[in-house]
Amino acid sequence: MKYDFTQNHFALFGLEPAFRIDTAALDQAYRDIQGQVHPDRFADASEAERRMSMQWSTHANEAYQTLKKPASRARYLLQLHGVDALEESNTAMPAEFLMSQMEWREAIGDAKAARDGAALQRLERELKLDVGMLLELLAGQLDDARDDAAAALSVRKLKFMEKLIMEVQDASEALET
Amino acid sequence: MALLQISEPGMSTAPHQHRLAVGIDLGTTNSLVATVRNGIGVVINDENGRPLLPSVVHYTCPNCEPLVGYPAQAMQSADPHNTIVSVKRFMGRGLKDLPDAAGMPYQFVDAPGMVQLRTVAGVKSPVEVSAEILKVLKSRAERALGGELMGAVITVPAYFDDAQRAATKDAARIAGLNVLRLLNEPTAAAIAYGLDNSAEGIYAVYDLGGGTFDVSILRLQRGVFEVLATNGDSALGGDDFDHRIYCWILEQTELSALLPQDVRQLLTKAREAKEFLTDHPEARITAVLSSGETVDVILMGGIFSEITRSLVSKTVSPTRKALRDAGLDVADVKGVVMVGGATRMPQVQRAVAEFFGQEPLNNLDPDKVVALGAAMQANVLAGNRGDDDWLLLDVIPLSLGMETVGSLVEKIIPRNSTIPVARAQEFTTFKDGQTAMSIHVVQGERELVSDCRSLARFELRGIPPMVAGAARIRVTYQVDADGLLSVSAREQSSGVEAAVTVKPSYGLGDEEIARMLKDSYLHAKDDMHARALHEQLVEAERLLDATGVALGENGEALLSPAERASIDEKMRALRQVLGATDHHAIKKAIEALNQATMDFAARRMDQGVRQALAGHKLEELQT
Repeated sequence: MKYDFTQNHFALFGLEPAFRIDTAALDQAYRDIQGQVHPDRFADASEAERRMSMQWSTHANEAYQTLKKPASRARYLLQLHGVDALEESNTAMPAEFLMSQMEWREAIGDAKAARDGAALQRLERELKLDVGMLLELLAGQLDDARDDAAAALSVRKLKFMEKLIMEVQDASEALET
Repeated sequence: MALLQISEPGMSTAPHQHRLAVGIDLGTTNSLVATVRNGIGVVINDENGRPLLPSVVHYTCPNCEPLVGYPAQAMQSADPHNTIVSVKRFMGRGLKDLPDAAGMPYQFVDAPGMVQLRTVAGVKSPVEVSAEILKVLKSRAERALGGELMGAVITVPAYFDDAQRAATKDAARIAGLNVLRLLNEPTAAAIAYGLDNSAEGIYAVYDLGGGTFDVSILRLQRGVFEVLATNGDSALGGDDFDHRIYCWILEQTELSALLPQDVRQLLTKAREAKEFLTDHPEARITAVLSSGETVDVILMGGIFSEITRSLVSKTVSPTRKALRDAGLDVADVKGVVMVGGATRMPQVQRAVAEFFGQEPLNNLDPDKVVALGAAMQANVLAGNRGDDDWLLLDVIPLSLGMETVGSLVEKIIPRNSTIPVARAQEFTTFKDGQTAMSIHVVQGERELVSDCRSLARFELRGIPPMVAGAARIRVTYQVDADGLLSVSAREQSSGVEAAVTVKPSYGLGDEEIARMLKDSYLHAKDDMHARALHEQLVEAERLLDATGVALGENGEALLSPAERASIDEKMRALRQVLGATDHHAIKKAIEALNQATMDFAARRMDQGVRQALAGHKLEELQT
């Protein structure tokens, strides 16, 4: 019996599919699996085993990265439920959210123009706080309410917020150099 | 050539036999080779007891062996054209990548892909020059260890891109080394440091070598070395500090238009002054030029620090970026390991201490720590596993992408992804009836193709004519554990396929490698055929060994009698051709055995994973 690489990532690490996961257990299971399959374990093995090891290790990395980050974990869970959160037709966002996006953008633009590093750092903190709240909400939507439509919207919001954080970080970096 | 002992079936392998493996630090300025003896990492010295091999190659005449190391270094002022120093800076680089080429005493030949050097012994690729250094280290190790090397781990700067890594691996191949792994230098240092100090927590490795700068952030935890992020500058190192001193000398003395040998002499004096300033407040620099003019100046430590301030600060921004990519703050870093001879400079030590808010760790020799870590890894990879076993999880330093419409880069694998890693992306045709698609592979962080490094171009042909947008072309990037990329493309509906190991634009083609291999035999005792035969014999022995061990471990449990019989048959067939001198026959038998063990390998892997997880659940129950 051969392993089915299309098996879901949670099962690979012996976890129940859910948004709230035991991250320490995920880390440990990932390390245990890599300990078995990593190419460094097969540097002196036959070509067949080396090839298999690379395939396995690549798969374990992919699965781990997907589950480790909350946004991609949420998106993946929705995918398992048959929902593609970032589907093209799904891009309509509530007007209120778009307004707040514009405000964020303005604030970032102002801080950039003023070359105000402290303001950028404050914005980054605030954005991360917002993301934290969004993740809380998402956990409830996915694990408790099982409201996939609401969760998909949260995942899309998260995507927007992460873009903003990246922008702030890039701006801070540009100031430093 | 060493004789191989091929064991009889049944009594096949001696699994605990120690295999000779080394770690090689192929440095810009100096190179080293180290091994593990009785569980302890040791650097292998030359006959005169010297651990370092200066990375200098001197070509003396058209058909003779080049000088390597100290004797070559002694020639650099007398014959700078034919004495190649810091060749690492040219690996995988085109002429346009070398802004200071005009100031160097070499006759560059701008070959497609990688720059070449015209010497008295002909035009040489940096790969061949590096291979000369590797050959010397290989024979040094074999003499000291009394046998043929099973393999080597060769270190590369973490910030080396695909072209530079590929060039390094090619050099090893020409030198006749079996590369067990290309290992990132800061990671190698972390292994040596971590194992020595049983370190746990977040560590930064600050590695300023002769010509490259790397910074890596690692988490060390219960036998796992996990690289969280890496950054650097593959054209910044101790050489640049020498150059600043050299420029300062010219300013002070108002000299200009120097001859190549004078340039070389003054650069050497500059390096000596730099080293002297590590333990002294000032350094006197004296020289007599070929014109008879004399140089006699005194460089104060404070001035040295002043004229190199911008170089030191060029290391700060990559450090900050690495921390940010790791999602960490300075306060999270438990220790900063200093690596590379250039970190001896007091101004570098001060800058690092200031940035991290703690004194950096200097308890390992910064010249040796990379080679020692590589030796420890080589020992494990060669299968000489002791009680202590560890796992290394490394990353790629630079994002990999593909050119899309408007000369923009579509990132496919982001930087700092844990390797091995694969990602696929779908593209489509933009013209009706389009039957070919050109794929341009690039590496770098910028948005425009022209700002990134071009790694390869290839074409997927034979796409069936369809309306624009109907074809579905899946491009897959796979990065292996050496950090090397291969790319394949496939049209989904028709199954038309094209694949490329990223080589064409910056690496060397197979024909070029073959030519260099042949050249390297002109002076060698053995010839191409003997070498090919020998390689296949080694490979055959390795495969028989590995298969024997695997069968012993779980052949019974995982194979049906028929499957077992088929594998046994292929093993017998391989043993039978070993006596022959036909390397093609051996190669065919190797392939047949590999093929026959494919399913077995897959089952073994699955079983390993299941056991790992079962063990994990058991632990959970116990706690």
